[in-house]
Amino acid sequence: MKLPPDSGALSCGPSPSPQAEGEKKRRCTGPSLTRERLSRRQFVAAAVAGMCGSVLPRPLVAQGAQPRIVVIGGGFAGATAARFLKQTDPRINVTLVEPNPIFAACPFSNEVIVGLRDMRAQLFGYNRIAGDGVAVVHQAAAAVDGQARSVTLGNGTKLSYDRLVLAPGSDPRFDALPGYDEAAAERMPHAWKAGAQTMLLRRQLEAMEDGGTVVMVLPALPYRCPPASYERASLIAYYLKTKKPRSKLIVLDAKDTFSMQRLFENAWKELYPNLEWMPASSGGNPTGVDVAAMMVSSDFDTYKADVANVIPPQKAGRIAELAGTADRTGWCPVEPVTFESRLVPGIHVLGDAAIAGAVPKSAFAGNAAAKICAAAVAKLVRGEMPATPKFVNTCYSLAAPDYGFSIAGVYQPTNGLWLEIEGAGGISPLDAPNAFRSQEAKFANGWFNTITSEIFG
Amino acid sequence: MNARQAVVCGMLVCAGMTPAPAAEVPPGAASCSGCHAAKPNVDTPVPRLAGQNPGALVAAMQAYRSGQRPATVMDRIAKGFSDDEITAIATWFGAQR
Repeated sequence: MKLPPDSGALSCGPSPSPQAEGEKKRRCTGPSLTRERLSRRQFVAAAVAGMCGSVLPRPLVAQGAQPRIVVIGGGFAGATAARFLKQTDPRINVTLVEPNPIFAACPFSNEVIVGLRDMRAQLFGYNRIAGDGVAVVHQAAAAVDGQARSVTLGNGTKLSYDRLVLAPGSDPRFDALPGYDEAAAERMPHAWKAGAQTMLLRRQLEAMEDGGTVVMVLPALPYRCPPASYERASLIAYYLKTKKPRSKLIVLDAKDTFSMQRLFENAWKELYPNLEWMPASSGGNPTGVDVAAMMVSSDFDTYKADVANVIPPQKAGRIAELAGTADRTGWCPVEPVTFESRLVPGIHVLGDAAIAGAVPKSAFAGNAAAKICAAAVAKLVRGEMPATPKFVNTCYSLAAPDYGFSIAGVYQPTNGLWLEIEGAGGISPLDAPNAFRSQEAKFANGWFNTITSEIFG
Repeated sequence: MNARQAVVCGMLVCAGMTPAPAAEVPPGAASCSGCHAAKPNVDTPVPRLAGQNPGALVAAMQAYRSGQRPATVMDRIAKGFSDDEITAIATWFGAQR
């Protein structure tokens, strides 16, 4: 998992040339499946009746043009989509737009924060993706024109697309918690985007005197990978217990319930008397921060923090909003099967930015959904009907380095939403022996190695 | 030829297309490689599925689903798949290398 020595240098693929005038005419102009909102039955009826020319997007391949797909965002979802699109159909021209030459992964960054893992184990380059034939462009996406089907990059270059895949992740909302803005995040890190924030929180914990108080602030749903906030609380408590035993952790939560709650609470009871979780109903709901005074307020009380980790409310990454794909919630509603935006045809939204029924905002689901989306997009540009898919999510959490558990779900499109299949999935058993927890911790590590190898290796 | 195949063929003729270049991945199968490495030499205790005997994969999934085979998570996942889906996934993995 070491960073390839040549990453960054190789990862800059050839920049697609600015859009030629005539390209617009060649672009697929048929109505999208999303706009038509055809049910499968209606679609089948139409196809059988020989109406497919008016129903499907006109296939690009048959017209001799190479379909152009632009993917914005090189995280778990976007990088997966780009790579699988190219693997599924090498004739598709795939461009991945990602400003950072090195990706810093969030899963397992909680272990970095508490000194159990080196940050370098979280870093991945894009050279293997470029080696598969994806044009990797290290620029920010500055604007999307969904009508003209073009993306403007930070350097002014325009990329035209037949279909766009947006996977910009989530952004902190710096207008949601009074006192918590971008500058505040330098004193009270969120560390909800791996990288400099991760290391800032780690240094603060290392610098804290024994006997100090760490305060965590957790937002209401939805946000990126909620179980990770409880994993982080667990691992910070583990760090304090083993390195600074007179210290304590207070968790102020805008929620009363959370995923895998019984599993976490059992672990906390067994391992961490130094962890105090304050749910909203017990006055824990966070109401604001005072960065200069290092104070955090909740509904009922104010806490002085030596280290404060504030995970703010979130929204889809900025470019999703600029593209018109985010609704008033700040997130992007999508159709199941294709992950095509419900607001802007021709744009597919993946990963944490999307609202897709019950799909969790997890790296596993981002990767699994991206593979489905890649298959669907490859079919759509050929004028074919995407198959009805199904996918699995599995999320591991660590309560301690050798104490893991999981939640799983199997999802299928149901009444226009991705819904969990009843009777499948669920959480690890509540009464499992230590060997079971230890094995799930090993599987968690294996999962990270596997998924990052699939995407970046 | 079943109804779905007939429709797909009809669409291909209508669109003047050649068939898809990559083999169709059956529903659910793409998720497996999140944990079951597609490539060899990944550091994980989870077994690879590519190239495994389809009959053995079907038997394993059915045993996970019924609870006869102990598991940490596969028992929960297997409950989301029918016999037909399991067979399609197992056949696909059997053909992978």
